[in-house]
Amino acid sequence: MPQKLTSEALVALVSGVLFGAGLALGGMTDPARVRGFLDLFGNWDPTLAFVMGGAVLVMAAAWLIQPRMIHPLFTNVFSLPKVRDITPRLVIGAGLFGIGWGLAGLCPGPGIAALVIEPVSAAVFVATMLIGMVLVRLFEKDA
Amino acid sequence: MLPGFPHAEPLAGLAGGILIGLAAAVMLLGSGRIAGVSGIFARATGVASSSLPRVAAWAFVLGLPVGALVIMALNGPLTPSFMSLPWIAVAGLVVGVGTRLGSGCTSGHGVCGVSRLSPRSLVATLTFMATGIATVAIVNALN
Repeated sequence: MPQKLTSEALVALVSGVLFGAGLALGGMTDPARVRGFLDLFGNWDPTLAFVMGGAVLVMAAAWLIQPRMIHPLFTNVFSLPKVRDITPRLVIGAGLFGIGWGLAGLCPGPGIAALVIEPVSAAVFVATMLIGMVLVRLFEKDA
Repeated sequence: MLPGFPHAEPLAGLAGGILIGLAAAVMLLGSGRIAGVSGIFARATGVASSSLPRVAAWAFVLGLPVGALVIMALNGPLTPSFMSLPWIAVAGLVVGVGTRLGSGCTSGHGVCGVSRLSPRSLVATLTFMATGIATVAIVNALN
């Protein structure tokens, strides 16, 4: 593998491992805890607010450092989202995602990380999530 | 631990959140990219194309369960509580469709975008939090 590709894969691996560890440590791989957080009008569990808060604080610091860098440490350019408009598609998509998140107490990261915690349930989630993604792509091709 | 919330684990949540923030920071400052799990998963599986090398996408995706294994090795087994499989399957489908339409999930919008004060991500995050809370409230009311 070329050196740049290797370093990008290593950065991604380190990021993925840290991410998965954070999800497991913060309780996000337990759907009951996630649904407890979303149960704002019932038996509310605020743990996930601490997870989100901690993550956003650290990442906000990274966003302060980023503009002072000429390029990322291991690549030549920052490849960041440039879309700015708030579209019906964005709101409908986020709304649907929230419904699925609330139904199972799983979002993509914890669903994938849970493959080693509750393999069958997590595999069903990851497989059906992939089917959903493929469906969107098929529809878009027809459109 | 937290007055009024006997089941909350604020310290573990905060520690997990800091790890997630570090993971996202490594991705941003190392590779110049957003650590959005749904997008990277779509890239790895070939549903979406992006400038992220496919091997790096897989490295990130596979890193997630590895990170969870590290926490299980350090802290002992996790005891999550999952919903039933048909329920998870429906949720997975909706999450897959929603994250593609909405261009992201809890990580890309909720952590990376919110910490950047991206208007799109703020709207998406408020939307999926609202529909997630509503979904759990409705499901719990029906039970």
